[in-house]
Amino acid sequence: MTDDLTLYHSLYRIRRFEETVLDNFSRGVFRGTTHTCLGQEANAVGVISHLTLDDIVISNHRCHGHFLAYGGDLRALFAELMGRSTGVCAGRGGSQHLHWRNFYSNGVLGGTIPIATGIALAEKLKGTNAVTVAFLGDGALGQGVVYEALNMASRFRAPILYILEDNRIAQTTPVEIALAGSMSARFTAFDIPCAERDTSDVRDILPVSENLLNQIRQQKSPQALILHTCRFGPHSKGDDTRPESEIASMKASRDPCAIQASRLNPEERATIETLVENEIREAFQQALNDPSPQTEESEGTEY
Amino acid sequence: MKENFTVLDSLNHALSRALADDKQVYLLGEDLLDPYGGAFKVTRGLSTAFPNRVITTPVSEAGILGLATGMALRGLRPVVEIMFGDFITLGTDQLVNHAAKFRYIYNDEVKAPLIVRTPMGGRRGYGPTHSQTIEKLFMGVPGLSVVAPTSVGDPGQLLYDVIMNTDDPLLFVENKLLYAVPIMDFTSSQEFILIRREGGGSFSTPTYILTIMGAPSPVLTLAAYGYMVELAREAILRLAYEEEIFAELVVPTRLTPFEIEPILASMHRTGRLLAIEESTLSMGWGSELLARLVEVSSQKIKAVRRVAANDHPLPAASTLESAALPDVETIIRTARDMVRGS
Repeated sequence: MTDDLTLYHSLYRIRRFEETVLDNFSRGVFRGTTHTCLGQEANAVGVISHLTLDDIVISNHRCHGHFLAYGGDLRALFAELMGRSTGVCAGRGGSQHLHWRNFYSNGVLGGTIPIATGIALAEKLKGTNAVTVAFLGDGALGQGVVYEALNMASRFRAPILYILEDNRIAQTTPVEIALAGSMSARFTAFDIPCAERDTSDVRDILPVSENLLNQIRQQKSPQALILHTCRFGPHSKGDDTRPESEIASMKASRDPCAIQASRLNPEERATIETLVENEIREAFQQALNDPSPQTEESEGTEY
Repeated sequence: MKENFTVLDSLNHALSRALADDKQVYLLGEDLLDPYGGAFKVTRGLSTAFPNRVITTPVSEAGILGLATGMALRGLRPVVEIMFGDFITLGTDQLVNHAAKFRYIYNDEVKAPLIVRTPMGGRRGYGPTHSQTIEKLFMGVPGLSVVAPTSVGDPGQLLYDVIMNTDDPLLFVENKLLYAVPIMDFTSSQEFILIRREGGGSFSTPTYILTIMGAPSPVLTLAAYGYMVELAREAILRLAYEEEIFAELVVPTRLTPFEIEPILASMHRTGRLLAIEESTLSMGWGSELLARLVEVSSQKIKAVRRVAANDHPLPAASTLESAALPDVETIIRTARDMVRGS
């Protein structure tokens, strides 16, 4: 479903989820930490919209948008972040550690990439037609295990699409300070073809990701897509050291929701936004009323 | 059992059987392909017999462990060989933060049946980075079991059982000196009586108890695993014949989660426990074992001691390496002190 209305609904739903999480952190509804994908919503929607039920998504610490684009439930995600028994993982995982159907995320940068590669290889060995999509950020490029995985993905021809979301900042460190050399050459050095787009428009991402996914299904080998993007929010909750003006300028020119909203007439836009507000409010309130998980008596005694 | 059927033969046959019996079993590791067949030859012949399911990899321990964890999450049964146990530190993040955690943090909705086989241990002059016994670094990791075969019992069957039955990541520690040791045949032994105690859990990880045939009631329990069982067995014979100190030897195959009952029961019979390991002394298996025994014992304990390696890196030179590692003489001397006082 990639009509303009559906796309806007998906983007705006992620946007409002993330804003609701950040707004309520200071009220003590959530504890621990969280990493929102404000400004990067188009990547999740533009790639995951093409996937079938058999396909697999591996995500990272910034996983809420990927999870919701995959079809994940708003209430279950709120509940997981609130530590409720109705959460995606019944409260054991929290913000960064989600699993539902063929969706997996984990919180150590880069560590998921060999696992995603192994998942893709397993599906190929089993003879399924499933494609695996693995999301990583520019910060993960500092991790050596990523390159071990890329090398093996190429040697073993794993049917996987690596999506590198380059939001140009790793926590507080600009990419210019942390990264030497070329991003795309990191993939092509291993003979993994790499496409690259500098866009926040979901309509730019849809065709390129569809094309790459089709190639992977036919050729049974890896591909990479670099999506240069913008992170509007802090790394986690309040740790943004960038000047306000820089963020304001990104929001003015690179807002995936605003770009997609411009394709709708005002009535359509208002209808969707009202629908999403209601969805978010209900899901949030339900999760808030849900019970906390209880410890089983035997738990933890085995060791 | 065939004459001179070694621990290595036993493990090799077990891998072959697992590959033959279950198409979900894959072997991954460095230099596994024939004619080399792995650095210690445990996988010899397997890439010829099962060319599509023995995958030789680049030198990427973290990458291999991640790859295999992904395969395990999707229904396969990967068995990874890490060429030297020392190198497993390269994959620690994959084991600790990924493989061992997934089942729990994903609310028991996934399984990760990953077997990691690796040789540990010294006495071959390989030096500080190819001789260590460092499984203790992984023994406190929830979600990760640590299992060690010995020449006692059936090491191949142990490996086969864990490959076929585990639902969770498991570290299978093979002391490299054990490879050449013949499997002990206790049915015709004139010296030892072997008792097997079954462990709990979804697969069999027995504990073995060795006593000397015809000996009086033992006054000391030795607990050891891996290659230290060879030395401890020699020690209890010499203690009996040379010192008239009668000891029994308890040999667990599952190191964590702890199976303390058979060791506790033996210590209740003897009142004394000596924990023997090849790892360095501090913060190890023996420390944990003694702590647990002291916590739960309902009887008076006469003496507990540990024998382990010195707390410094293992040197390469033969004289220095021998001095750093626990030997039969140290076990005998410590046992004598525990029973007679120094």
